[in-house]
Amino acid sequence: MKHTADNDWDLIIEPRKRLLSIDFAEIWRYRDLFRQYVKRDLVTVYKQTIFGPLWFFFNPIFTTIMYMFVFSTLAGIGTGDIPPAVFYMSGNLFWTYFTTCFTTGQTTLTANQSVFSKVYFPRLVAPLSGITSGFFKTVIQVIPLAAIYIYYVAQGVPMRFTWEALLLPFLIILIALMGLGFGLIVSALTVKYRDLNNLVTFGLQLWMYVTPVIYPVDITSDRTLSLLLKLNPLQGIFTDFRYMITGMGHMDWPGLLYSTLFTLTILFLGIIVFNKQERTFMDTI
Amino acid sequence: MNNIAISFEHVSKMYQLGVVGTGTLSRDIHRWWVRDVLKKGDPYLMIGQTNDRSTKGDSDIVYALRDIDFDVPQGEVVGIIGRNGAGKSTLLKLLSRITAPTTGKIKTRGRIASLLEVGTGFHSELTGRENIYLNGSIMGMTKKEIDRKLDAIVDFAGVERYIDTPVKRYSSGMQVRLGFAVAAFLEPEILVVDEVLAVGDAEFQKKAIGKMKEVSQGGGRTVLFVSHNMASVRNLCNTGIVLKNGMVDFKGNINDAIDHYLATDTVVSTDLIKDGIKMKQSYITVKDIRINGTDKTESDIVNNQEYMEVYVSGHSEMPFKGNLRLRFRNMAGVPMASFSPGHYNGAVREFPKGDFEISYKIALPKYMAQGDYLIDCILYQPRTQSFFEAPGCMKLHVHGSMDDTCIFIETRDEGFAGLEVLQ
Repeated sequence: MKHTADNDWDLIIEPRKRLLSIDFAEIWRYRDLFRQYVKRDLVTVYKQTIFGPLWFFFNPIFTTIMYMFVFSTLAGIGTGDIPPAVFYMSGNLFWTYFTTCFTTGQTTLTANQSVFSKVYFPRLVAPLSGITSGFFKTVIQVIPLAAIYIYYVAQGVPMRFTWEALLLPFLIILIALMGLGFGLIVSALTVKYRDLNNLVTFGLQLWMYVTPVIYPVDITSDRTLSLLLKLNPLQGIFTDFRYMITGMGHMDWPGLLYSTLFTLTILFLGIIVFNKQERTFMDTI
Repeated sequence: MNNIAISFEHVSKMYQLGVVGTGTLSRDIHRWWVRDVLKKGDPYLMIGQTNDRSTKGDSDIVYALRDIDFDVPQGEVVGIIGRNGAGKSTLLKLLSRITAPTTGKIKTRGRIASLLEVGTGFHSELTGRENIYLNGSIMGMTKKEIDRKLDAIVDFAGVERYIDTPVKRYSSGMQVRLGFAVAAFLEPEILVVDEVLAVGDAEFQKKAIGKMKEVSQGGGRTVLFVSHNMASVRNLCNTGIVLKNGMVDFKGNINDAIDHYLATDTVVSTDLIKDGIKMKQSYITVKDIRINGTDKTESDIVNNQEYMEVYVSGHSEMPFKGNLRLRFRNMAGVPMASFSPGHYNGAVREFPKGDFEISYKIALPKYMAQGDYLIDCILYQPRTQSFFEAPGCMKLHVHGSMDDTCIFIETRDEGFAGLEVLQ
């Protein structure tokens, strides 16, 4: 008999996998590639630049200064009890990481096209290393935030870390996975229908303005409006993050629960869509 | 049967031709409706057609591969040959898991490494050393493995001096060498190679071929090798698979496979040389013209072919003086060599009124370079007039002369022919 039983082969290449199968063992086998990718992302940012790693600081500092000028000074939008600099910089920190993860997920297939068309490795390694290197960049950007924070505390602003700050790592994981999940879904769609890319840039911009990045969540007293804003899965995360590090505002537990469930759903969908695409996208790209 | 390394079981791969985008959304919905809701077969699987590039089908979905079914025993070196578009690269892409088959299964034993293109994932800002680690990891090596092989890789690539320089400062040749060096030290059980040998300088090609031979001969590894270069296929492989229009046309001993391929697949033209002739004098007509043994507009010069025949017969209403002249041009149109008996002061022959026949055996240089050439053929009286002209009347595929390293003399490196020592 020519066709032997399936189980004494190392690898069987078949038309379609089940929708939600992730081969974690295989991803683990490729952990060195994961590490190399993270390293590449971090190292290449400042190669052949004058300021080197200092560039990681410039974005948050200048964005914060701009926000302070436009939203605080010109538009006069208050930031509650939190000093504007701390408020904007913390919001920007999380928002930047969210968009980084989103873009990572969204561009996984197109950015790695040349590699994916030549070698096989578990494709999820690419977006996972992307959100990890994004995380390290975010950690570096905590330094200017910490500096300002300490300055204001020294000035006598009553900011403190609450016990809920123990949940910070969880918030960061939520941000990363939600961004990735959205990105993966969009990515699989944009591979086939390229015009969606234009919508995405616009959509992200809009999204930032309905997220409490530049204004506190209690800015409106209109009940319907604030309920609508609460539908945004990022709302709870941002509110809770600021509460954890300043002790000002409030802890939004229902919001956090909503965000968690939302993230799980989105990630689940993202992986299904990505799995469906990853093995045949080279034919449609 | 535990010594089978690769097994293709009724594997097919379909592609959609034309623009993907318009109509695909509605097609996706239709497919989803029929297949997943009505639980019938995929509506687009039934209309696939044989992938013949030159004929226009009435469906825009074609089979790149159709019902491929074969086993490769462990340790066998298989050459996959076929015309462009026959499905060779698709087959390797399926095997290296870059794209999934539409139907069927492929089963393998052991680590697969593909040299579909060397230097995959090189980042131009990273140094040679950093890229070795990055590229090695992409190919599936662990860091430990690379640590152990680093010196050998650097040595093999011959880039010690540049190892801590970003690869963007490397010449393209150096990048290729570095990439191949990493791949060469992968030590997979199954190696998949696609035409990588076309790049790099001659010295490096020898190294690369040597490495491939080493891989294929020692250690019982299985190699799948795709190339247009019949001599290196013959030299490296022991079995051959001929693909034609996405199907297996022949499988067997490599020499038989190459013979089968050359016999069935080389002459693709059915045009006649005669139809390309421009008559310059109305009193002369051409009945028959054959170059290299054929009246068609394409032919092959095989390895070690000693001469090439040219034959013209026709009719003249008047006596005339003249002779044949042939010119070889490369595909860019630059003349590479010419034939005319005696050349300019040449042997002009006198022909009486009536039928005439001219034939010559043109001695070919021993070391002719591989490549395609265009042939111009004219019947003329030197420095006076021409009787007919047939510019570019034949495309000549010169398989090229090859030495025992199985490296061809290539036109771009060596010109038209290699010169020899005076005997």
